[in-house]
Amino acid sequence: MCKADIISTVEFNYSGELLATGDKGGRVVIFQREQESKNRPHSRGEYNVYSTFQSHEPEFDYLKSLEIEEKINKIRWLPQQNAAHSLLSTNDKTIKLWKISQRDKRAEGYNLKDEDGRLRDPFRITSLRVPVLLPMDRMVEASPRRIFANAHTYHINSISVNSDHETYLSADDLRVNLWHLEITDRSFNIVDIKPANMEELTEVITAAECHPHQCNVFVYSSSKGTIRLCDMRAAALCDRQSKFFEEPEDPSSRSFFSEIISSISDVKFSHSGRYMMTRDYLSVKVWDLNMENRPVETYQVHEYLRSKLCSLYENDCIFDKFECCWNGADSAIMTGSYNNFFRMFDRNTRRDVTLEASRENSKPRAILKARKVSTGGKRKKDEISVDSLDFNKKILHTAWHPKENVIAVAATNNLYIFQDKIN
Amino acid sequence: MRYSYQRRTCAIARAKMFPKGTKRKFSDSREEPVAGGEDVNQSSLAAVRMLSSYSLQRQSLLDMSLIKLQLCHMLVEPNLCRSVLIANTVRQIQEEMTQDGTWQIMTQALSAANAAAQCSADRLVATEVLCRQTEAAQGEQVPKPFPVVGSEGCPAEEVLEEEEEAAAAEVGMTMSTVSPQAPTSYLPGTFGMDPCWEEEETGEDDDDDDEEEEEDSEECGSGSEGEERERDSLVEDTRTAEQVFGTFEIKNPAPSPDPALEELFSDVDASYYDLDTVLTGMQSVPKMGPYDLLESLSSHGPSPLSSSTSCRSDLNELDHIMEIIVGS
Repeated sequence: MCKADIISTVEFNYSGELLATGDKGGRVVIFQREQESKNRPHSRGEYNVYSTFQSHEPEFDYLKSLEIEEKINKIRWLPQQNAAHSLLSTNDKTIKLWKISQRDKRAEGYNLKDEDGRLRDPFRITSLRVPVLLPMDRMVEASPRRIFANAHTYHINSISVNSDHETYLSADDLRVNLWHLEITDRSFNIVDIKPANMEELTEVITAAECHPHQCNVFVYSSSKGTIRLCDMRAAALCDRQSKFFEEPEDPSSRSFFSEIISSISDVKFSHSGRYMMTRDYLSVKVWDLNMENRPVETYQVHEYLRSKLCSLYENDCIFDKFECCWNGADSAIMTGSYNNFFRMFDRNTRRDVTLEASRENSKPRAILKARKVSTGGKRKKDEISVDSLDFNKKILHTAWHPKENVIAVAATNNLYIFQDKIN
Repeated sequence: MRYSYQRRTCAIARAKMFPKGTKRKFSDSREEPVAGGEDVNQSSLAAVRMLSSYSLQRQSLLDMSLIKLQLCHMLVEPNLCRSVLIANTVRQIQEEMTQDGTWQIMTQALSAANAAAQCSADRLVATEVLCRQTEAAQGEQVPKPFPVVGSEGCPAEEVLEEEEEAAAAEVGMTMSTVSPQAPTSYLPGTFGMDPCWEEEETGEDDDDDDEEEEEDSEECGSGSEGEERERDSLVEDTRTAEQVFGTFEIKNPAPSPDPALEELFSDVDASYYDLDTVLTGMQSVPKMGPYDLLESLSSHGPSPLSSSTSCRSDLNELDHIMEIIVGS
């Protein structure tokens, strides 16, 4: 397996028609959902490759003698404003705005030039004709329209488009910057947690997101398991948060790994804007924005790993950054785990399911079977014991269609798209 | 009992580095003279063993964390979040060990080992010498050196450590590789690698296997570590060397200098790039390993010594220059 093919981000666009993936090799692959055809009414639209382009190239920082990886850390779609689609893609240091446009018609019958493009002799033109549009093979082009560079000293972990559709934020380990989509040579620094003395550094920013409706509000999470909500109207530099979300630690479960597993790897607002969800190593928490002292819901993703933390620390798996996502109605949440398992939680019924994204188990149109990890001594049939889990098969990136029950799951270098069963 | 603890610690750490089957011996632990006239209370042996198990797990975690912080031939800038979390873990362990007095014992053992051992080539990959200095003097009483440590012919372990440091990264400084003559130090875990230890160890204690398995489970609360408290309660080491993030430089072979860059940095003291000069400018103390570095992790407050301050202020200056260049 080629390392460059490892998928590093997955994102649906606003309509769900397009699905973008970024990989470690700096490429972006966009899938488009086929229109449901009348001929096959029972077949939902399938996602097929729409466009592939190289977004970022590896670079070399000569001053530090270090390579800058071309791996795409995040992709975020911009709201569609015309026939073309736009997205932001970022690696560790540079954010790029790509415009993806398609052409499926061409004009024929020009007056001033003939079919192969050569200019016609003006004396030969005796009559006027109206060019006609003829269909052609669809051609999709991606072009970089903006390059937002040189604003981040540390590794960019998040980008988020603001609800005003004019600005977006980008966050690295120690800073959050606010950009205008049209302006590439300037950005505003709105959060800076770099200590004056780097030796005092004990906490970093792990994720950031703009509020879906209030364009002045954003949140950022930290490696200490805290989330800060900031209001950009309050001050130019949002060092003082408006709200501070932290769950008090349970003293009975304190260990040397407590801080590491409390580090938040992803934060996502609900579509409604009333809640936000955070993912730490072992659980997913849903927070009410009006309650700062504890989450309203906590879901255990793989609690059976708690007794394995030392091994997971040794093989570095404890530092894996899992993402999480909401469904369109905010009634369900999804996140990944190991052994190509991913978990979905229904917030209303409190039911949860573990599914597996693997070739053997996923024939087209087959229904996924629920999986179970056995935690006790007795292992039932079809259950998997904790020790046989493959920790190299991790599902870090998942995405949920904004309107329908279609999910995209990235398992290392494979992308799985699952849809709701149709009766 | 102190000796027993040390033996177990080193043996466990060593077992981790070597394939299983290497024999360890604990049978002579009872015969060794115990410092301070402490007596092992036979009835509390079980309790002591449980505490030792926790201490072993903790020690193993500390060793693991320090190795993780070690960088070798890094091509891409390391993950700052991961480094911060590991460093915080190390700090936490070190704080706890300082509280129960284990820390002092370990560092004393290190100094004793330094004094006894010869400095010679490494066994593990040598990465960077710490760009720091430490106070040589320790006001507290020095305990008896451990008998096992004091043999000759033990190859010195030059285990050096560096930590990716974002500020240094900004500065973009590269340090030349340390010269082999640099004084060295030990990781306690490396004691087991010494041939002197191997000679002595013949039998294998079954308890070790149990403890190793226990390492995978979550550490239990420490409770009262009476065993360690029985020892001399040493005054906390007041070394004030630079802490992890300010100390380390990123090691990379410097690319052939660009004349434009040379000119840019012409007014920067080139001695920065010469590790030996930096070291000479500091107090000449035996180089210490990562465990000594850990001292600094606990001391957030104390101000560093003057030359390290100038080190840092120059770093800040270069930092500032870099930010201008980068245009951020």
